[in-house]
Amino acid sequence: MQGFWEQVWNVRIPIAAVLLFAVGFVTLLLHRNLLKKIIGLNIMDTAAYLMLTSFGYIEGRLSPIIQNGNTDPALYGNPLPAGLVLTGIVVSVSVTAVLLALTVRLYARYHSLNLDEIYAMAQKEHGLG
Amino acid sequence: MIAFFVNFPLFSIVLCLLCAVLCALLKGKAARIVSLSLCGVVAVLAFCVLVYGLQTGAATEYPMGHYPHPWGNELRFGIAEPLVALVFAVVMLLCLIGGKQQLDVDLEPGKRNLYYVMCDLVLVSLLALAYTNDVFTGYVFIEICTIASCGLLMIRQIGRTTLAATRYMIFSLIGSGLFLLGVILLYGVTGQLLMPSLKAAIAALWEGGQYRTALLSAMTLMTVGLAIKSGLFPFHLWMPDTYAYSTPASAGILSGLVSKGYSFLLIKLVFGVFGTDVFYGSGVSNVLYVFGALGIIVGSISAAREKDVFRMIAFSSAAQIGYLYFGIGLTPALGMLAAIFHLLTHAVTKPLLFLAAGQLGEAAGGRLRHTWRGAAHRNRTAGLMFSLGAFSMIGIPLTMGFVSKYRFALAAFERPTLLVVTLIVLAVSTVLNAMYFMRVIIGIYTPVPERRTRMTLREQRPFAVSSLLLALLNLSAGVAAQPLVLLLERGLSLL
Repeated sequence: MQGFWEQVWNVRIPIAAVLLFAVGFVTLLLHRNLLKKIIGLNIMDTAAYLMLTSFGYIEGRLSPIIQNGNTDPALYGNPLPAGLVLTGIVVSVSVTAVLLALTVRLYARYHSLNLDEIYAMAQKEHGLG
Repeated sequence: MIAFFVNFPLFSIVLCLLCAVLCALLKGKAARIVSLSLCGVVAVLAFCVLVYGLQTGAATEYPMGHYPHPWGNELRFGIAEPLVALVFAVVMLLCLIGGKQQLDVDLEPGKRNLYYVMCDLVLVSLLALAYTNDVFTGYVFIEICTIASCGLLMIRQIGRTTLAATRYMIFSLIGSGLFLLGVILLYGVTGQLLMPSLKAAIAALWEGGQYRTALLSAMTLMTVGLAIKSGLFPFHLWMPDTYAYSTPASAGILSGLVSKGYSFLLIKLVFGVFGTDVFYGSGVSNVLYVFGALGIIVGSISAAREKDVFRMIAFSSAAQIGYLYFGIGLTPALGMLAAIFHLLTHAVTKPLLFLAAGQLGEAAGGRLRHTWRGAAHRNRTAGLMFSLGAFSMIGIPLTMGFVSKYRFALAAFERPTLLVVTLIVLAVSTVLNAMYFMRVIIGIYTPVPERRTRMTLREQRPFAVSSLLLALLNLSAGVAAQPLVLLLERGLSLL
């Protein structure tokens, strides 16, 4: 049993990331409030980045810059995930910006943030369908 | 000379980005000219790459920045990639030409150039999705495509499109979130991002039975993510609003091209990353088969119940996406071939339908089916083109749609255990398709006492030209399908 908990401890960050991802995913999918949806989206993306970052950090290794002329790759962590996360953050910031802009527009028109209410109003506005 | 063609995929991508920036600075009319010529140039470049692929007879890996294999970012192209890129560029050009009349009405003066910025960005992401050899680059361009297509949608400023754009964004983001998590899992297990290295690593791990759960989840996440983004049942509910309320050019681009870009990426992933043995051995393909079949039936039934013609065509799109995944899930050889043929069929047909419906809707002065009575007498070109598109969707011989249905039926025999189910789904959907499309066609050709003047060809020249070209593409590929099928077969073997 000791071995099992040790294994779980070793993957604690991916587990936390997947839980956070699920929280964000469900919020994005099921919440009717647009702002909360956007928050859910950000939690979801951040969880993905947390997981990616955790692959870059390898316990007991040095930061990935050559130190003391030592070029053995086994001494250093993995610098690539940080680059990927940076790219991902840029993507999620722009997506959030677009969604927020859409929300502002919807609010200006329908004075509501609840997607169901907005939908009902839009249907009334355009008649059938 | 031909050796120089190897650079053209990169050139076309960079050119699109440059034009997008340029269009942001130009006035509306100039931006339109730039974008139209861009589509033309990209089509020529893609054709050159296709020639290069046929000449070499092998897939080319194009290292960006000359870094050796496992480290750099790469493009990869054989025959299927440039062919798909060529169709995308040509169809986009025709959509932009054909939808001009409604674009002039729907675009706010002074902001017209922004529409073309979005078009250029959609084109660049489609090209990148077709050519890329790196899954993370794939993710980034998926997101660019999402944002740009959202722009194409909300450019028509009525409340309904803003709402549709919001729902489209939400579904798309769920899809890309899942795709991203899948990519990260794959990276965590294999340490690779380039497709060939990933494929080798996955094959080795699968063989050794290691990380089965992680590989399976990564594969499922990526597949489901792309399926949601292209609108596979049960995630097709954003489609009717998205396609039906946007301007016809946008509807054509979104339904005909954007959703196909994601599907093509999935086809590439199946061959280039997961490997057909793993993908079809793991059962993920069967899930696609089931949801594809359900999507076909549910999409067709929803379309048949719909009174709004635009929403009807949009629901028919959901059914066609179902076909695509149905084929992918069926078998790796003939099923995949049918799927990729259907991808091209739908990319050519659906924009034609949306453009013609836009014209007919204007002639009829309404969106609902009963208001369309006699509309084809007021606008003959649009009526004819709508009928042709509908025939292709139903699968009447001489159209491309017939060939795709025929290829699906052929593929059914490759998997005898599912033969009956596959054929029944095909038959039921064809009957439903015929039912709802014929109802509209009969309606628009019903003679009514003439109340309005007839639309002459001269008044709608851009639409007439582009729809005629789309129809010709459809018919020529439908009549002489064999060369195209052989080309696609070779293309699939190089993926």
